[in-house]
Amino acid sequence: MARRYDSRTTIFSPEVEYAMEAISHAGSVLGVLAKDGVVLAAEKKVTGKLLDLSGATTGGYGGSGEKIFLLNSNVVAGVAGFTADAMSLVNYARQSAQRHLLSYNEDIPVEQLAQSLCDLKQGYTQFGGLRPFGVSLLYAGWDPHYQFQLYHSDPSGNYSGWKATCIGANSGTAQSLLKQDYKDDISIEEAIELVLKTMSKTMDSTTLGSEKLEFATLTLDPITKSPRAKIYRPAEVDALLKKHDLAKKEDDVEMSAS
Amino acid sequence: MECSSFGIIGKGYVLLASDTTSGNSIVKMKTDEDKTKTLGQHLVMTYSGQPGDTVQFAEYVERNLRLHQIRHHHELRPAAAAAWIRRSVADALRSRSPYAVNLLVGGFDTSVTAIKEGQEELGGTPKLYWIDYFGTLADVPFAAHGYGSYFVFGLLDRYHDPNASLEEGLVTLRRCIDELSKRLNAAQSNYRVKVVDKDGLQPSFNPVMLALLHQRPTLQDD
Repeated sequence: MARRYDSRTTIFSPEVEYAMEAISHAGSVLGVLAKDGVVLAAEKKVTGKLLDLSGATTGGYGGSGEKIFLLNSNVVAGVAGFTADAMSLVNYARQSAQRHLLSYNEDIPVEQLAQSLCDLKQGYTQFGGLRPFGVSLLYAGWDPHYQFQLYHSDPSGNYSGWKATCIGANSGTAQSLLKQDYKDDISIEEAIELVLKTMSKTMDSTTLGSEKLEFATLTLDPITKSPRAKIYRPAEVDALLKKHDLAKKEDDVEMSAS
Repeated sequence: MECSSFGIIGKGYVLLASDTTSGNSIVKMKTDEDKTKTLGQHLVMTYSGQPGDTVQFAEYVERNLRLHQIRHHHELRPAAAAAWIRRSVADALRSRSPYAVNLLVGGFDTSVTAIKEGQEELGGTPKLYWIDYFGTLADVPFAAHGYGSYFVFGLLDRYHDPNASLEEGLVTLRRCIDELSKRLNAAQSNYRVKVVDKDGLQPSFNPVMLALLHQRPTLQDD
């Protein structure tokens, strides 16, 4: 009788609510759908000065492999929540996508990939004694059925499609900013600007830099007409921030000192 | 294997035809066997080979593609369906119970991308795939299986036109059928014809189509 929740029966587990709560403190991920592409940006929570990042690799395909992952050649995902859980889901998604390629000789449709991950996540909400995945994901993808798409999935296994959305810390603020500034049929360039502007306003830190930000786009190759995912390398992130006048400025320090 | 089937792609449609004879060795059992299968709104298949294997495999494909459509709210595109069918043949080939089935898969790709890439007024892209019982898959503009294939490839090389109207396509098909009745010893006279375009499978009893099919092509010396 003293047990808060029954570990045997199939109730809607409060653990899912805990997982959602945990995610609302995680580094935020923002996604915006444009008419000619999709943009993802993710905030890396700084773990502390003493963390040695000198050995960090780029994962071979750009980014620092902490928040943004290539799931398949037509899908990039941003994750918020427990990194270890996320890695397990990323691995599952990649396998799922390759299995589809093997059976159907085509890239997996984006919604189908989101759905296969959600089927897995949902399983953990049904049985007692197992902990759900503490991860929300944003999927930026392209397929021949619906072209560019942006999906969000949460620990309960629910998923939905969006024009622009945000998960993680301050996601409420970011969403209302996106709601204000989003226009239908924006170009990828406008979407990049919107993402960076929203990110700079909602992130805890005052200045943006590659050590705190991961960035990715998904566009169509103009020649092959096939999707091209680009996860920015740290130097490219810094260059992008500089271009949009959001990078750290050298003279800021002097100005405040004088 | 004594049966013949053809497939032809034209402007905004794909045409499949299969004879309707069922038999064993030298014996003709019946002449009204439908050896085509409708796999979806925009997908049709003809099958030939070992009787029994053919029906079993065709129904297996039909039910699995239907299941896919129910689960994922959309039909597989012709390319994906053909790849899946090919793999089913190839996997069976390496098991204890291979299917001795030759297939032609004709479909119309109506995905947004196919519409954009093709001519928009055609509403997508017609596709035709040739699959044999070894699990070979080929994406082709025209195709044939069976003894008939030895006779009609030359004709199709000469007369196939990817921009032909349905009327012209049916005349080309008629030409193939006539050539078989002229030259093939074991020629069949009854054929089942299916046409798929942007609006899906066209009913084969379409009177205009039947009239065209029964009209003999005017053979010109050119």
